[in-house]
Amino acid sequence: MMTMVDLKGLKAKAVEAMESEGTLRVVVGMATCGQSAGARRVMDTLKKDVAELGLDNVKVAVTGCVGMCTYEPILEVLEPGKKKVTYIRMDPEKTARVVKEHLQGGKPVLDYTVGHDHAGNLKNLEDLQFYAKQERIVLRNCGAIDPENIHEYIARDGYAALRKSLLEMTPQTVIEEMKKSGLRGRGGAGFPTGLKWSFAAPNKADQKYIICNADEGDPGAFMDRSVLEGDPHAVLEAMAIGGYAIGASKGYIYVRAEYPVAVERLKIAIGQAQEMGLLGRNIFGSDFSFDVEIRLGAGAFVCGEETALIASIEGKRGMSRNKPPFPANKGLWGKPTIINNVETLANVAQIILKGADWFRSFGTEKSPGTKVFALGGKINNTGLVEVPMGITLREVIYDIGSGCPHGKAFKAVQTGGPSGGCITSADLDTPIDFDNLVAIGSMMGSGGMIVMDEDNCMVDIARFFLDFTVDESCGKCTPCREGTKRMLEILDRIVAGEGTMQDLENLEDLAENIRLTSLCALGQTAPNPVMSTMKHFRDEYLAHVQDKKCPAGVCKALLGYVITADCKGCTKCKRVCPVEAITGEVKQMHVIDQALCIRCGACFNVCSFNAIARN
Amino acid sequence: MGSASRPASAKDRMPEDPEVNQNRFGTGVGNNTQRRLGNVNDQSKCACSCGCITAEDPRFAELKSYIDSLKHEQGITMPVLQEAQRAFGYLPLEVQKFISENTGVPLAEIYGVATFYSQFAIEPKGRHHVGVCMGTACYVKGSQNVLDKLVEELKVKVGCTTSDGRFTLEATRCLGCCGLAPCIMIDDDVFGKLDDVSRIPDILGKYE
Repeated sequence: MMTMVDLKGLKAKAVEAMESEGTLRVVVGMATCGQSAGARRVMDTLKKDVAELGLDNVKVAVTGCVGMCTYEPILEVLEPGKKKVTYIRMDPEKTARVVKEHLQGGKPVLDYTVGHDHAGNLKNLEDLQFYAKQERIVLRNCGAIDPENIHEYIARDGYAALRKSLLEMTPQTVIEEMKKSGLRGRGGAGFPTGLKWSFAAPNKADQKYIICNADEGDPGAFMDRSVLEGDPHAVLEAMAIGGYAIGASKGYIYVRAEYPVAVERLKIAIGQAQEMGLLGRNIFGSDFSFDVEIRLGAGAFVCGEETALIASIEGKRGMSRNKPPFPANKGLWGKPTIINNVETLANVAQIILKGADWFRSFGTEKSPGTKVFALGGKINNTGLVEVPMGITLREVIYDIGSGCPHGKAFKAVQTGGPSGGCITSADLDTPIDFDNLVAIGSMMGSGGMIVMDEDNCMVDIARFFLDFTVDESCGKCTPCREGTKRMLEILDRIVAGEGTMQDLENLEDLAENIRLTSLCALGQTAPNPVMSTMKHFRDEYLAHVQDKKCPAGVCKALLGYVITADCKGCTKCKRVCPVEAITGEVKQMHVIDQALCIRCGACFNVCSFNAIARN
Repeated sequence: MGSASRPASAKDRMPEDPEVNQNRFGTGVGNNTQRRLGNVNDQSKCACSCGCITAEDPRFAELKSYIDSLKHEQGITMPVLQEAQRAFGYLPLEVQKFISENTGVPLAEIYGVATFYSQFAIEPKGRHHVGVCMGTACYVKGSQNVLDKLVEELKVKVGCTTSDGRFTLEATRCLGCCGLAPCIMIDDDVFGKLDDVSRIPDILGKYE
């Protein structure tokens, strides 16, 4: 059984192992995204070459995602007392050179690093603008520790918060601390976590449950995956603390089956924690016992909704039900149950360890702490960023994300996934928190932040989200099942150039009805993408309906191509046209027969003289 | 819009869909389904010589021991279906029936769960699974063009399998590789940054 003294000793040993003099610690980011970018081959070469050269002082470790997707695969070299060296966009050949020149020869390979300052000092990831405004609480261990090694987690104060809770605090004081911290649920709605726990704590039952919601379904959001892959023990520790606070001895992690790496690392983490007595019976010699089991989802977005998630764990179709009774009173198998999102849980141990006041020193009065965003779409620095609440969207998109690529104009940023809305440049100076985003017609959601530029059609984007909701509606309540389908049909007509002004009115009517009458949040929020684009980009809807034009040039049925006087008669377009709609002689202006043209855009893409106009 | 839109997921398909009738329940039971069920009952080998699953298939015994190992757990339907799909590649009716008999969960409920979740398949799949990420980040960066190109190359509709059984094409949910958008996943390999769709034929060529 683990005692308090053991944990301290373990920590000292683990720190020594990670930072002992003369050792070079080499880490490779091996989250799913790193692996797809080729990190596995980098790792194989690294291990092979280090072994062949007999470099005994080099310790190779796997680590999670550091958040800078554009630079993957990333390899970092850490040496005690020296500045960390970051190598980016690695491949096996580059790795072989780093092993020889840096690990063996002691000289960093400047060509593969992120550059250096005027004085010639080597820069690493932390010196980049990308990280300057970030504050890492949730992601503090991601990219720093080996997620498959519990000792490295312990070296960074892992399980110290659980020890403190069990030995120095009562369940009530744990809940009070959480309430005081003001932590709000990071899954989307922002319900105060401490308050939620306090609902389940007084309920008398022979069994209570705590569930970690890792069914990260929002397209474009991957922070939960990153935490599970980079720091799984933080989630397990928080679940145990939550279990202690509400009186639950059993936890479930409901995780998407699409995340095989996360599932594997969770399994390893649970095994290690059980082996060391950090999960199981009488943890730290207290009379608190707690265990965790993994349950896999099977591809249903609605299972992110808590009652649907519970139904799924019970082995049923993942359909939501009416509330009340709330899960805190009647949840899994009718027992009091608390469900928290991965990112929410990743804050808990830090709050217990450092206190509510420390946590409140980040963020805003009503939304303390940080938020992790998955920055994607038309942005230069795609990646995972953790910023204090209250930062403006402009800072995130321009200072951290460094704007839209290819000099294109920013059009909108979408937050909150299929439940959220689009935010235009007019609102970019809004400080980000739960309430402000709702006020400007979007929502926090789980933290996907998709940037769109002038080439994206907002009607098409609204159609895309509705298509998603129609597909993912569980089918239980009529407004969501039928209503979203009717909305999608209208949008399909509009993008096909068959929309009418009546259609726009009907869309708004339907949206309002679905919002008011759907059973769960999936339906209630499904019209949001349509509502927000209709509000901010009504001119685009009108262009589709009245002028039968798609201003962004996306909706193929509404496009037309004409050849202008710039045509040099090179015949390139004529040769590429799949339906022989283009005629013309060499060195003479060509013409597109509009009756034959299928608007595929092949000629537009191939023209070297910008002589084809799209309208 | 592109020629290929996302298919309705299995849960949306009602029994009046002729495709569903032929292969599963409903009035079409007289043909394929009945014959397969017959195989389970009289323990004979695959009478139709189509390679369908027979009762002697050793995977049934493995599935049985997996079910037995979960005896004391609650809510085992999903894990058992996941294990069955892993072993058989899909969940034909005889497998669902076997699970029902061995867990005591009514067949209707098993079928309900198997058709609700998009990862469970009731029909056999191709040798390689091609999933086109339809997450938002990929979509705004042109995943519809990628999907259209694959439809054209493979000459199948989304959600269907090529006639030679080589590929099954699907539009999948977000793969979480938003930094590599637009991306596709073939079996367990992710191919990213497919802005140039002319790379696709070469990629497909790697899979036989």
